[in-house]
Formats: sequence, C-alpha cells, structure tokens
Amino acid sequence: MSETVHALIPRLRAICGDDGVITDSAQRRTYESDGLAYHAAIPGVVVLPTSTEQVADVVRLCSENGVPFVPRGAGTGLSAGALPHSGGVLIVTSRMRRIREIDIDNECAIVEPGVANLEVTRASAPHGYYYAPDPSSQQVCSVGGNIAENSGGAHCLKYGFTVNHVLGLEIVTPSGEVVRLGGKSAEAPGYDLLGAFIGSEGTLGIATEVTVRLMRAPQRVTTVLAAFESMDAGGSAVSDIIAGGVLPAAVEMMDALAIEAAEAAVACEYPEGAAAVLIVELDGPAADVDAQFDAVTELCRHNGAFEIRTASDAAERARIWKGRKSAFAAVGRISPAYIVQDGVVPRTALGEVLHRISELSQRSGIRVANVFHAGDGNLHPLVLFDDSDPEAGERAEEVSGAILDLCIEHGGSITGEHGVGVDKVCTMPRMFGPADLETMDRFRGAFDPDGIANPEKLLPTPRLCGERPGVRKGEHPLVAEGTAELF
Amino acid sequence: MTRVRSEDPAAALGAHGTALREATNADAVGGRIPRYVATPPDTDAVSALLSAATRHGLACVARGNGTKIDWGAPPRRVDVVIDTSALRGVDHAAGDLVVRCGAGTSMATLRETLAAAGQRLSADTPVRDSTLGGLIATGLSGPRRMLHGPLRDLIIGMTTVRADGVVASSGGRVVKNVAGYDLGKLHTGALGTLGVTTSVTLRLHPVPPARRAVTVTPGDVARARELTRDVLRSHVVPAAIELDWPHGGQPGLRVLVEGAEGGIEARATEVAELLGSGVIAPEPDQGWELLPGVAGDTVIRLAVPLTDVAHAVTTLRDTADAAGVPASIRGSMGAGVLHAALPADADPRAVSGIIRGTRNAVTRGSLTVPHAATPLREEVAERGPDLLWGEVAGLGLMRAVKDRLDPDHLLSPGRFAGGI
Ligand SMILES: Cc1cc2nc3c(=O)[nH]c(=O)nc-3n(C[C@H](O)[C@H](O)[C@H](O)COP(=O)(O)OP(=O)(O)OC[C@H]3O[C@@H](n4cnc5c(N)ncnc54)[C@H](O)[C@@H]3O)c2cc1C
Repeated sequence: MSETVHALIPRLRAICGDDGVITDSAQRRTYESDGLAYHAAIPGVVVLPTSTEQVADVVRLCSENGVPFVPRGAGTGLSAGALPHSGGVLIVTSRMRRIREIDIDNECAIVEPGVANLEVTRASAPHGYYYAPDPSSQQVCSVGGNIAENSGGAHCLKYGFTVNHVLGLEIVTPSGEVVRLGGKSAEAPGYDLLGAFIGSEGTLGIATEVTVRLMRAPQRVTTVLAAFESMDAGGSAVSDIIAGGVLPAAVEMMDALAIEAAEAAVACEYPEGAAAVLIVELDGPAADVDAQFDAVTELCRHNGAFEIRTASDAAERARIWKGRKSAFAAVGRISPAYIVQDGVVPRTALGEVLHRISELSQRSGIRVANVFHAGDGNLHPLVLFDDSDPEAGERAEEVSGAILDLCIEHGGSITGEHGVGVDKVCTMPRMFGPADLETMDRFRGAFDPDGIANPEKLLPTPRLCGERPGVRKGEHPLVAEGTAELF
Repeated sequence: MTRVRSEDPAAALGAHGTALREATNADAVGGRIPRYVATPPDTDAVSALLSAATRHGLACVARGNGTKIDWGAPPRRVDVVIDTSALRGVDHAAGDLVVRCGAGTSMATLRETLAAAGQRLSADTPVRDSTLGGLIATGLSGPRRMLHGPLRDLIIGMTTVRADGVVASSGGRVVKNVAGYDLGKLHTGALGTLGVTTSVTLRLHPVPPARRAVTVTPGDVARARELTRDVLRSHVVPAAIELDWPHGGQPGLRVLVEGAEGGIEARATEVAELLGSGVIAPEPDQGWELLPGVAGDTVIRLAVPLTDVAHAVTTLRDTADAAGVPASIRGSMGAGVLHAALPADADPRAVSGIIRGTRNAVTRGSLTVPHAATPLREEVAERGPDLLWGEVAGLGLMRAVKDRLDPDHLLSPGRFAGGI
C-alpha cells in the first residue's frame, strides 16, 4: 500500500465507517480485476460508501491529496475500465443499491448507481413498464456501470443505448463537488453535459444517482429463428429485412462454430446442419408486429432459410435465445481459452469482413467463432486458443487485433459496447487522430484538471502507448502550443 | 497566443479559397454588425479561417441560413460571420441507414435526398429553411422526438473546428460506437460557442409505410394531459403527441401513429377511442411540426416532467393573458417540451414579467427563452443573460469546458447561458 493512501485510511474510516473500508490485502485482491481478468492490480484501498455525501467526501479527500480514484460498479466490464490503481482508492457502489422512486406518471425511475440493471425492469414490470437497455450481463451489472460504458444490449438496434434512456444524473466531480445534470424533464438548459458524461468510463466523476426513462412494455413480442446453409445467405436476409423498412428490436447471428459451442454447452437444439442461425425479434403493437412478421419470414425464405421457427410466448422465446445468450460462456466447451473481441463495421460491410476474418483464421490456424448483433454490425468474434501453448496466445492476440484493423479499415469502430478502458487505450490512435484525442483530453481536463479520476484509461498517454508519430506532427498548431506531444 | 500584427486580417481570413466580403446591416447577429462575412468552401478552409481569426483576436459566429441567427443572447462581439452555405454535400449510405452531410446542408435538401431512398431523419424541422448546422447549434427538436428522441440522439459523428483552427472529430460512421467521448453531444445546442461544426453523421430510419393523425379538442390542457397519459399507457406506440393552442383558440391535441400498412387502421381507431371523439386524418396538418407564432416572435421553451405540463402551460397562458400579451403554445405533451410564441412587438417589460412569473411556477424542469425579440433583447443586453436561461445547474463545469475549448472566448462570445 502506498504511503499516501495509507495515511488516508483513518479519514476514510471516519467517512465510510469501519465496515466501509477494506484494507486487508486478501480482501483487496478480490477487486483486482473486472470482467477482463488478464488486467489485474490490487487497489491501494477499497471503500464502500452508502451515500452521495460519503462519495463526495472520499473524492474530496482524494482530490486534496492528489490520490487517484477508480469507480467500480459490479465489475463486469470487459475493457478493464474498473482496473484498480495500486496507489489509489477504489470506490465501489455495491452498497448504494436502493431504488428510490418508480414514477410511472412521469415514465421514469430514480435509482442509486449500484442497482443492478435488471432490478429496474423488475420494479417497473408490475406497472407494465420496463427499462430498455438490456446488456447480456443485466442480472448483475450496475446502472452506474451502464452509465459509464453507455451500455447497449441486443435490443439497442431499435431502442438505442443507455444515453437514450437517461434523463438525469447526480454526479460527484473529480474535485468532490456534487452536481445535478438533468432531472425528470427531457431537457435541461446549458451544454448537454449529461449526454457527454454517459460513456465517459468513470473519467469525469462518479454517478451517484440516476434518473432513467421507463418504457411501456410492448403489446406483442415475436421471435423468429431462421437457419441458413451459409453465412452469406443469412447476411443477405439481414440486409433485405433492413432495406425492406422493418426495424426489428433485435437481429442476432451465429456461425457454425458458435452454434457447435452452444449445442455442447446448453443443448439449444438449433436446426441441424445450419451454417448460420439468425434470430430476429419484433416488438410493438400487435397489428404492426404481425405485418412485420410476414415480411421477415418471407425475406428469410427468399434468401434460402431451410428452417424457420417462431416463438410467441416467453418460454418459447427463451428456448430460441438460450443458445445465443450462452454463446460466450459456451465456447469454453470447445476451447480452453478465448478472447472476446468487440468491434463494429457498417452493416453493408458485414459479409466482406466475415470473409476476411475467416481468411485470417485459416492463415493463422486460430479458430474464430462469430456471434454478433447483425442489425447494427457489432461483431463479437470469439478468438479461440490453447493457453498451454504460449505461442497460440500470441497468435490469438494478433488475430484479435487484426479483426479490429478490419473494422477500422471498413469505417467502423474499435468498440461497440465494451468501451476503451485500459484494454483499447493504445488502439484509440488507430481510430482517432492526434487532434481528436487532444480535444477529448481538453474536455476531460475541464472535469478533472488534476488527472485523478480513473487515470490512464480511455485516452492514450505516451507512458502507456509510447510516442506515436502524429499524422500532422511537426506542422500542427498544437505543436506550437506545446500540447501536441501528449500523444 | 501570438498575434501577428503585420498580417492584414482581411488577407488572412480570405486565404484557402474562402470568399470574404464586408458585412452589411443584414448580417447583424443579435443586433451586432460584424466586419466581415466569410464563406469557406470546406473544413480545411474553416480551419485556416479560424486560426487566422484567433491570431487577430477576432470573434466569430457561424451562420447557416440565418433563420435563428438572433437566438441566444446578443454576442458581446462579432467580427466575422462564417457563412456555412458552401459546406454542403450529402453522402448517403442507404444500406447502412446513415448519412454524412456538410453542416450547411439545408434540411429540405437532406429530406429530398433521403426520401428518394425511402429513408428519413426522424427529427423534424421546427423552423422552415433551417440548415442542419443551425438546427444542431440551437438544439431544436420537433414532435417525433417523443418516439425517436431529440436530434442529439440521432447524431452519431461530428467534425468540428475549434477556435484555434484545430479540426477534431468524435463518434464515427456507425450507429453503435462507444469509443471516446461523444463530443457531438456538447456541440448540440451550444449556439456555436465551442466550435464550428462542419460535418455531421446521422442515423436514419426507413420512412414508415403508413401514418395517421388523430385529433381532438379536449377543452383544457389538464384534460389534454389526462388523454396523453391514457395514450402513453396504451399499446399504440404513438410517434408524437402534440398540443396546439393558438392565441384566441382552443387547445387541440394531436396524436401521430406511424408503422406498417396492415396495422395502422387498428392503431388509429384505438387512439380515436382513447381520445373520446378523435378524428382520424391520413396526415397531420401542414406545418404541425413548426414552432408556434411567426419569425421574429419571442420564443419560450418549457421542459418539464409530464405531470407538470398542464400546470406550466396554463400558468404561462394565464400570465400572458393577464398582461394582455397574446401567446400561442405548441409542443410535445408526450416529451414534456413545448414552445410558446409571444409577438415581437409586445412590451418587453410585460414579456419579462411573463417569463419570470411562469418560471417561478415551474418548480421542476426549466423555462428558457431561446429567442428574444428585438425590444426584449435590448433588455437582455442591459441586464445580462439570466432572464433567458434562469438557473443553470452545472454552470461551473460548462465554463470550464468553454475555457478549455475556446480559451480566448472568440466563438459566439456571450451568446450562451451564463454569458459563455
Ligand atoms: C457476460 C457478460 C456479458 C456482457 N454483455 C454486455 C452487453 O450485452 N452489452 C454491453 O454493453 N456490455 C456488456 N457487458 C459488459 C459490462 O457488463 C457492461 O460494460 C456494464 O455496464 C458494466 O457494469 P458494471 O457495473 O459491472 O461496471 P464495472 O465493470 O464495475 O465498471 C465499468 C466502468 O464503469 C465505471 N463506473 C462504474 N460505476 C460507476 C459510477 N457509478 N460512476 C462512474 N463510473 C462508474 C468504472 O470505473 C469502469 O470504468 C457484458 C459483460 C459480461 C461479463
């Protein structure tokens, strides 16, 4: 434990109580990583505040002493955004999990940041409402973590991401000030700091209270599973559905290897011999859904679907989703180790990119299982390898990196939902130029001039990523100002 | 900052293909007449122009078609108006439901281009003849925001030139993307105080094959709110629920449903039944998405929780009636964001009384004044911008953002909340 952090402990105890401060090294170690286990660091100290005031007092103490802090929700993040700082304070929201209000007349709920995503829907369901963003981790991941990552889910194709469903936030800024952004109304005067805070990965402060928008549960939900003999056929069905003016709630696709894994793990009984399985979920007014259903099944058949299954109740729906939802964990059945990649390509480039991934796989001898949100081009390739062979691990990393290159090359993004965190911080310069990054850094500095909020995440620094020859370095106006060498 | 005094400002501003002319009275921004009007042909030229302006310490205001150039507080200074009309070009990736366009593109052109492919930007244009950049800078959204979200939700990427000429992009060309800060959010509604937006990438939707508008005259706004709640609690999923209360008339409620041809009749009928005596029409009336009133009017915006809409709207109307100022009100009952128009020639003291009186009654949410008509603007110039914005939470952070992105305060200085 660093000296500075050690000196803070009595004051942290005074703020959070004895049971709200963890100093024991074995206990601290349980927080060493988030969902991305290969990045690990033991936090200097862990605090478990129960109120906004406690969070603000802890952050103020950090600010006064120049000690870094890292916010943490449920620790399911997949970019090491909640990776602790060994010389800093890890602020965990797990004891802030009250739902303060469900306000159906105003179609919103007020929750503490540690509340699990699914709890919001559970609490609103008796009123016929739900909270739309539904990351696959929704049983455990926290609303605060969702805010930080701007999380999406299978249904974000139609309903958008966390940022589209948050009306208000109470935040503790990196100087320890409590600020309210928005509230129960749809807009607030001034710059849209609310919108810019969402997706900021804990680098602009800590969300201590969240006002989320609730939505009326749809009248009808119909789920279609279509099996194809090739990925190309499945892909062109997706293109035709979208081009036909249908906006499904979700469009998911799996390839043969992903299906094989899911069968091995959960016996999902998808159609035998399928080289691609497409899951299309339609929701909305019954009459609308029925009309769209006819269009979707017709387009699947037209593109060569050899089997189509339909689910219209919750149990049947669960059966169709079972294979898809288990896919990540399931690959453990067919491979000792794997990397989950998260990249985005324009939907029209999907076919081409999948071919290139398959070439990469053949060339390297590294198997890649493809599971993805086909509707919005968000790929989650699972790069499989044998971790007992160090060389295989390296090759898998290379393949995984090359997949991101393909995404960038096709005008996509290096992350669709898992965030940058530590994991992709040195990939950022492949998507953004030095001027873009320096501008983002200025914005960050407006909130956190001393650089103590989740430092070394999100934006690259020379220490992390080395000096990069900036595209415009040498002639760029920033160089003259002395700021350009930041990147 | 190094100022290059030997350089002729006009020559510096007019470099890189930028057309430069002397400004006239018609180029005034909030009553301030600039020295020059510059029309840069592309983003690089905007970059050169802004860095030249910064070298010479000149204040700049970007202008699209000028329909909302007087919105916000009068700028403290304006030396150069940057006319974005040459920043056009529409690059429509229909298969990806995405379009990238120059900020100076007119919304009408954009609409036509997209319609040819059966697509649309699901954000309405509440002021005719707007450009995309102008709509973004004023953060103005229309009726369909209720279902599709405000304009900011449909922006997926943006390129903006900072005051120092640095060109910075955020977001990208794909809808799903969480890499980096989403700076497009900051520029939306910022009245050009953080940068000059040159290019924007938008998320699109297919044009729904069928639509119906169902209207009713509910008697009063409290009843309109009850009906709104009933429609929201039903399963019809309306695209918009709008109040239209012209001066001297009755409040009208209009519900728009859009979707598949096969389902539209049943949904419209359900709405008509929920409204009691709703009348179904194939299309909403012409101009239903526009702000109330006429160009030049003072525009007041109410943004309140749904349950507070009736009280806020009624208070505004009653206060205006008592002051003898005709007020027309229109906006989203379903999103809780509505606008009122007060005639430009109304007594500015009466208007500021209406603003203050209604603001005091709005305990949750906000009352802001996006546009102050000329006589009121003079009052604002004298007494400061608080009349337009009221209390703004997070102003300290906003100032810090401004200081980082435009340290010399040369972009639309003073036009924004808190004198930013
Ligand atoms: C099996 C599995 C499936 C997943 N599926 C999806 C999916 O479908 N879609 C998706 O988007 N993501 C998915 N994820 C990723 C992850 O669940 C999300 O990113 C989630 O939002 C993280 O929430 P958390 O509470 O676990 O946050 P953590 O992992 O604890 O933290 C994540 C980031 O948020 C910051 N943070 C946490 N709380 C706060 C706060 N109150 N204020 C400010 N910053 C804070 C942290 O500093 C960190 O940077 C999945 C993860 C797993 C393990």
